[in-house]
Amino acid sequence: MSTEMSKGAAAATLADSDFAVDRRTHDVRSAALDYWSRVRSGDLGALPAILGLAGLVVLFTALRPETFLSERNIANLFVQALPVTILAMGLVFVLLLGEIDLSAGVASGVCAAVMAKLIVEADQPWYVAVLAAVAVGIVIGTAIGWLVAVIRIPSFVVTLALFLGLQGITLRLIGEGGTVPVRDEVIVALANKNMPVWLGWVLAVLCAVGYAAIQLGRWQQQRARRLAGRPLQLVAAQCVVVALALLFVTYLLSLDRAPSPLITLAGIPWGVPLVGVLLIVCTFVLTRTAYGRHIYAVGGNAEAARRAGINVTRIRMSVFMICSGLAAVSGIVAASRLNSVTPDAGAGNTLLLGVGAAVIGGTSLFGGRGKARDAVLGGLVVAVIANGLGLLGAKAYANYLITGSVLLLAASIDALARRRRAATGR
Amino acid sequence: MADNGEPVLRLIGVNKSFGPVHVLHDVDFAVHRGEVMALVGDNGAGKSTLIKSIAGIHPIDSGRIEFEGRPVQISGPRDAAALGIEVVYQDLALADNLDIVQNMFLGRERRRGIVLDEDSMEEAARETLARLSVRTVKSVRQQVASLSGGQRQTVAIAKAALWESKVVILDEPTAALGVAQTRQVLDLVRRLADTGHAVVLISHNMNDVFEVADRITALYLGRVAAEVRRADVTHAQVVELITAGRSGDLGLAPATAAENI
Repeated sequence: MSTEMSKGAAAATLADSDFAVDRRTHDVRSAALDYWSRVRSGDLGALPAILGLAGLVVLFTALRPETFLSERNIANLFVQALPVTILAMGLVFVLLLGEIDLSAGVASGVCAAVMAKLIVEADQPWYVAVLAAVAVGIVIGTAIGWLVAVIRIPSFVVTLALFLGLQGITLRLIGEGGTVPVRDEVIVALANKNMPVWLGWVLAVLCAVGYAAIQLGRWQQQRARRLAGRPLQLVAAQCVVVALALLFVTYLLSLDRAPSPLITLAGIPWGVPLVGVLLIVCTFVLTRTAYGRHIYAVGGNAEAARRAGINVTRIRMSVFMICSGLAAVSGIVAASRLNSVTPDAGAGNTLLLGVGAAVIGGTSLFGGRGKARDAVLGGLVVAVIANGLGLLGAKAYANYLITGSVLLLAASIDALARRRRAATGR
Repeated sequence: MADNGEPVLRLIGVNKSFGPVHVLHDVDFAVHRGEVMALVGDNGAGKSTLIKSIAGIHPIDSGRIEFEGRPVQISGPRDAAALGIEVVYQDLALADNLDIVQNMFLGRERRRGIVLDEDSMEEAARETLARLSVRTVKSVRQQVASLSGGQRQTVAIAKAALWESKVVILDEPTAALGVAQTRQVLDLVRRLADTGHAVVLISHNMNDVFEVADRITALYLGRVAAEVRRADVTHAQVVELITAGRSGDLGLAPATAAENI
């Protein structure tokens, strides 16, 4: 390079940051330093969620040592996290564009009502009802997407209007003061039945091995083609952490949590692998497909995306369809958990918790930054808060205050991190 | 590499009006392979309109456009891209939250089946950067947000060079840059021409123009005042061409130059 770099002192310093240097083998130390400098410059990733989760678990364990970490409560906690996690996963797509869907919560209510009515009153099998519910969700999402992307009404206004309107639809479907019971075995099993213990272990091991195989395969591929990669130790450590987390959760959920010694109640609730599948699919779409890349591009710089030939309108419409479609799934799981659908399904703070989960997990409200996994981490944090406050016997007013504060705190961290990124040029 | 016969892109007698405003008058313009053609002119001289006509954003009203000797119709940005004309706009069209490779391939991602082929894209991006001797970015997997203004401009230009582009049009690439960064970008502009592209450089900065251009086309109130070889003119002459439309024997006839005022 010395021939091109003959332009004096300035060039000599440039040689240090030569782009070819990323072919040098990274060691763990340099990777750790890189990570630390990323965090310092406002690229926090999953750090706040993991710290928050650890802090909350310690706090609630200290306050309610005998109940919070009981086998039953842990299983309960995971089931509690299911609907909010699925809702948040849909919201991640919308938030990636810097848009918002305030109606996702009540949309989940409408879809759950449609499902319940089809099963109870039209005597349809569960799969027809579920498909219909998801279809209704996608129709709602298409309407929102069309109003936002084609008519160009701010998503805040469109979805605020639908937030009111859709509650009316749920009320009309179910009737004031009414309740539609959900008794279909498959639907009820989602949040109330557990998979056999052995199947849980098999799935956990398969997932851990599959994850490691993909990560190591990718590492080897990058090394073989001399591309930018991470040090092997780090990749291996990441695989070990994921495997340990999977096996630990499986272990916790495989403990017998029956209230009486006469029966056994153990195994992973069926809803958990459902979230796992959604997580894998959403992560694949966002990180491995051109469509996902285009979502990030539109969220980062819509004008650049437009000039690059990306159909921005189509991307905008599609994220609302995905969001409302996943909201439908969330509504179904919520209905399974409550064994019924009420006129206020999905209303109240459902949406707030979903947005909170996505933001706590690390998805930015400003668009362009976020991952599907954020919904899982954030969903767990939100569930731990709700669960812990329940165990403490917190009054309703305190619940609202605390949940609102947590959302504000997460949004503040997001905004401050963004300022920090701007200041440090990240 | 200088003039080698047939121009890659040639405009003959191009006119363009926006309503009653006649912006381009019988403009002749040509750029050759391996050459940097500077397009200079005062604000409102028609530089932007001319490049937007070439890029297909404002199709021309009359006149001809020839590409590699063939007459062509450019009626939209896709036509221009299909011919191999890439425009690097002043406000960079990069997404901050994506890395260099992702930006360079934005909208034209390589894939295997439905899966993105990250490895082959990274290799191609590296190859292009190496070919242009770009050595000022730390990693091709760096987010664009962490790059300096000069590095961003570099990525935007390299992105244009990545595709089988024949003509690269740069709109004020050094406008917002410091001294060292301007240096880097001008070096890159030169290498772009040396690697066989036809480069059109729009600039207000005479130092940049004289440093890197082979030929200069001066626009004056929508007309081509003169097309000159850089070696044949001085700074002062080009400034006169820009401001008055003529300089000594060069430029528009006095009557034509005056009639526009």
